[in-house]
Amino acid sequence: MNGAAFIVISILTLAAALAAATLRKLMHAALSFAVAFVGIAAFFFLLGAEFVGLALVFIYIGAVAVLIVFTILLTRRDIEKDRGFNWSGVIIAVALFCGLTWSILKTPSLSIVAPHIRALTVKRIGEALMTSYVWPLQCIGLLLTAALIGALVLVMEEKR
Amino acid sequence: MTPTLQIFLIVSAALFSIGLLAALSRRHAIFILIGIEMMLAAANLNFIAFWRFAPKPHQPPVGVMLALFSIAISAAEAAVGLAMIIAVYRHYRTTNVDQLDQLKG
Repeated sequence: MNGAAFIVISILTLAAALAAATLRKLMHAALSFAVAFVGIAAFFFLLGAEFVGLALVFIYIGAVAVLIVFTILLTRRDIEKDRGFNWSGVIIAVALFCGLTWSILKTPSLSIVAPHIRALTVKRIGEALMTSYVWPLQCIGLLLTAALIGALVLVMEEKR
Repeated sequence: MTPTLQIFLIVSAALFSIGLLAALSRRHAIFILIGIEMMLAAANLNFIAFWRFAPKPHQPPVGVMLALFSIAISAAEAAVGLAMIIAVYRHYRTTNVDQLDQLKG
């Protein structure tokens, strides 16, 4: 695992995430959201979970970011009114980050380096999905179908 | 320098805090959804990091499976959330969560 790559990816990811959280223009924020997820997928590649990284790119940048852009375009009349910024949220977020960092640094069992492992192939993931994780897989399929129908019903025009 | 588990967890905590900041301090409903998605991504990063740094990699790969299912659930959540935002916008002509106060006593 490369230290320089880690630093570059973490700076990119955190900067894009901060931009997505604070930018005034909604469309810029949605595009920074997509860049932040590219960074998270790069983290997954760095950690040796290439399949999950690719799934993240496909699902988040291919589907969720496009969905967010569509929603912004459909609710466009409202964009200029986004003036409010609640500063108590900043205090809570900074306090949470300080608390988490303190507790992570205080735990000695976490300062370990990654062991050498066999590469995780798609074949192994597929075998696990089809043997020991087959019930969760079916439940996820049901959940996604229910979400699809629910989203359709929610945005359907009401009959008068 | 090789990154330890601590550094990954700190990056993930920073990502979670940024998501919480977006969810708490913005008044636009889409920003709140973006913040929630970011917090879920931080949780996924934690799953993968703990899986990678485990002393004995498991067979089946538990952390990877958890991250995959969590990604699927967050995709479903994003679809329903955005549909709700569109439905609310149709009724009230706004997506500012401060103006959605009809149930306020």
